Amino acid sequence: MAHDVHTHVKSNIEFEYARRRAANEMRGQVTTFAIMIFLTLIAFTMVLAGFSAYLVIPFILLLAAIQVVLQLYYFMHMSHKGHETASLFLYSGALIAAITVLTFLTIVWW
Amino acid sequence: MDLNTKYTPHSWPDHPESATLEGKNKFLGFWLFLGGETVLFASLFATYLALKNRGPSGMEFTTQELFELPLVFIMTMLLLTSSLTSVYAMYHMKNYNFKAMQAWLAVTVLLGAAFLGFEIYEFYHYVHLGFTYDQSAFSSAFFTLVGTHGLHVLIGLGWITLLMLRNTKRGFNLYNAPKFYVASLYWHFIDVVWVFIFTVVYLMGVIG
Amino acid sequence: MSSIAQKKGFGATLWDYLTTVDHKKIAILYLITGGFFFIVGGIEAMLIRIQLLKPDNDFVAAGLYNEIITMHGTTMIFLAAMPLLFGFMNAAVPLQIGARDVAFPFLNSLGFWMFFFGGIFLNLSWFLGGAPDAGWTSYASLAISSPGHGIDFYALGLQISGGGTLIAGINFLVTIINMRAPGMTYMRMPLFTWTTFVASALILFAFPPLTVGLFLMIFDRMFGANFFDHTMGGNTIIWEHLFWIFGHPEVYILILPAFGIFSEIFSTFSRKRLFGYSAMVFATVLIGFLGFMVWAHHMFTTGMGATANAIFAVATMAIAVPTGVKIFNWLLTMWGGSIKFTTPMLYAVGFIPSFVAGGVTGVMQASAPLDYQLHDSYFIVAHFHYVIVGGVVLGLLAGLHYYWPLMFNTMLNEAMGKITFWLFFLGFHLTFFIQHFLGLLGMPRRVFTYGEDQGWDLFNAISSYGAIFMAAGVIVLVVNIVMTIAKNVPVGRDPWGDGRTLEWAIPQPVPFYNFKQIPLVRGLDTYWIEKQEGNVEGMTYAEPIGDIHMPNNSIIPFIMSLGLFVGAFGALYNGEQPWAIPVLGLGLIITFAAMATRSLKDDLGYHIHKEDLLNEKGGKH
Repeated sequence: MAHDVHTHVKSNIEFEYARRRAANEMRGQVTTFAIMIFLTLIAFTMVLAGFSAYLVIPFILLLAAIQVVLQLYYFMHMSHKGHETASLFLYSGALIAAITVLTFLTIVWW
Repeated sequence: MDLNTKYTPHSWPDHPESATLEGKNKFLGFWLFLGGETVLFASLFATYLALKNRGPSGMEFTTQELFELPLVFIMTMLLLTSSLTSVYAMYHMKNYNFKAMQAWLAVTVLLGAAFLGFEIYEFYHYVHLGFTYDQSAFSSAFFTLVGTHGLHVLIGLGWITLLMLRNTKRGFNLYNAPKFYVASLYWHFIDVVWVFIFTVVYLMGVIG
Repeated sequence: MSSIAQKKGFGATLWDYLTTVDHKKIAILYLITGGFFFIVGGIEAMLIRIQLLKPDNDFVAAGLYNEIITMHGTTMIFLAAMPLLFGFMNAAVPLQIGARDVAFPFLNSLGFWMFFFGGIFLNLSWFLGGAPDAGWTSYASLAISSPGHGIDFYALGLQISGGGTLIAGINFLVTIINMRAPGMTYMRMPLFTWTTFVASALILFAFPPLTVGLFLMIFDRMFGANFFDHTMGGNTIIWEHLFWIFGHPEVYILILPAFGIFSEIFSTFSRKRLFGYSAMVFATVLIGFLGFMVWAHHMFTTGMGATANAIFAVATMAIAVPTGVKIFNWLLTMWGGSIKFTTPMLYAVGFIPSFVAGGVTGVMQASAPLDYQLHDSYFIVAHFHYVIVGGVVLGLLAGLHYYWPLMFNTMLNEAMGKITFWLFFLGFHLTFFIQHFLGLLGMPRRVFTYGEDQGWDLFNAISSYGAIFMAAGVIVLVVNIVMTIAKNVPVGRDPWGDGRTLEWAIPQPVPFYNFKQIPLVRGLDTYWIEKQEGNVEGMTYAEPIGDIHMPNNSIIPFIMSLGLFVGAFGALYNGEQPWAIPVLGLGLIITFAAMATRSLKDDLGYHIHKEDLLNEKGGKH
């Protein structure tokens, strides 16, 4: 049964390779973090700069969406394989979430 | 699964969180739960947006007068950073470095606690101004949305702390690795929600 | 750990059921509790029909009548239909996919106990100052101004049992995705497993909006919030949307598993492969998807505007297409089959015209202009009883007879089963068909009485007499169950003789570890394939006999749910009793302490050793 775990002892070369790969990925994560901070700064600056609301609102929503995608795909590893079912359900949830918000912005007052 | 199996950095699997069937189930079940949480928070956001700035006639509170961006900016930085530190923790779990993982989790918890402290201060400040929970539909919706997020932070803090304490002495095994992993997923999800809160509630609130 | 059965005393049996994490025992718990609430809801229905038997009746007062209709709807949907379906899912799905248990046995138990305590809490309202009286939909404008604690019981009770449902949904999703036996590909899963899968996905996304809606209601009524109070800027339409974003998928959560049960029955007793299997799967998924896009058709008369009404009207009508696909597939499954009219098959055949009638009136209401005429009339009552009773309840009764031998290793009496069917089926049509016309004659729903001069006397009397037939049918069923339990004649494996799917291939009584060896699935209707090839074992095995890992029993789910039950009383009496907040705190402490215990204490389960398995004969428990 699947609860038997097959232990694989890595050779030194495999081990070094895995370590290097993990370290590389971690460097990528730090870059992701820097981008996220940068996006946040832009969003706050745009609001404080006092541009037209019609420009700022779509723009900061876009920035938020990008930031969430980074968070999901890099920090939460959704870009790795084995996340197909997880993404199917997350996107279904996001679709229903979007419809719910849309409803409450349009047809909730009478 | 056997808790007594001793691993070395060489024999520790690449994906300890999903090396067992229990781990795989936990991993998938938690992602599904997050799908449900997405809809939960969407319902709260939707309610907030429908009731934003609505109150009894002559209500003096609006988002523009109430919110202070510097405080929100600090809170955002704290939570974003805590997301990175929990990535570090998972990196060290992968590398079978228990001490380093615990250290990064501790940093994560401290950052989260600081965030929560600021949020409590913020709420206290609003209540002090007279913007109480029962003041208006707007106040109810605001405190419920942001407060639900705050409750998630609190639960996350308790969860991660408990995990750290429970496993201090025994290090990694394939029983606790999935637990650490899903706790970190939860923590990232809290950050995802916050990104929308600071954008939709605070930034768009200040714009009006 | 020995797996040889011993005779146990009552206390030991009770403890066993309180702590069990075995999906087969949890199925029995769901069946008993759901059956109990089905009887309670049925009694409430009878009270309604007695009150409406004649004009100007004073059998119950107007206020009490409101409480009865509210509790009838709420009980039947949340505390009877859903748990009974969960009972059959628990009993059959893990066996159908060749799994030894569900993915989260502990959570399975937690889900049941949360449902249990939520249901008890809701029904305690009868004894503690009055039941909820704002209808099962509990529209905020009514609910906020309802005096007493009825609505509070509703909101808190459903919150607790809804949490249990969400947990159960996630559990089934993970079970079906991760725990399938080798060879059990998605497109080989029996239809009941497929419908369970889609219904669970609907639960995952539909229950969070209900959770939010109920919390808003709780905060408004007990903690001073103003979500629904328009004088404070609130908006009652928010509740309607949240409720129906949940409520419409909810009816598919109920009907899809019933479709699954019927699909199994049709192919079993037509002794034919299900016609159009892949179209059936596709239709199930499509119904699940469309089910989320149509909720506002319950709110056409709210005043959402012509554009919104048009969009939701078209989306609603679209659902008739995949449902029609299913109806035709069932008919074509029977076509040319060697049909055996057992009790479950009678229900299945009776279901088709009944459900089609309910579907047709549904499409009528989807037309928004017509809905303005039909809204809140008895036409609506007739429609949803045709889909819920004609679809879900017939499915549950069919499932009860069909899966009874799987769950208890005995067979319900077929003759009495058929009597139950005819009484119930005729009574059902007698009760509800006439209500279409009552609606067209202008009788509004939820009125506690009507005048002699309104011309509704005869039809109401017919409807009430029909209800007596339904009640008689249920009484025969109860007698049948009691007699079957008393006689206790074991029937063994594949009692219907025509089982097609894996659950019938297991020796009876089902060993507590389900499969001594995990089977290898070789196609759709795998047991049928093995039988055709003369395999007396009924299965091809995917592994040699080895140690089996089993989860430990635990009382923690019971205590966790008990804590929520206690805490709910604190929330309910907030601001009224000095002990309210301490009790709320105490309840939450019990729950969180139980959760902490769960995470601090390792639960690694245990192993049944290979030697013990080899010693046993025929997998006896």
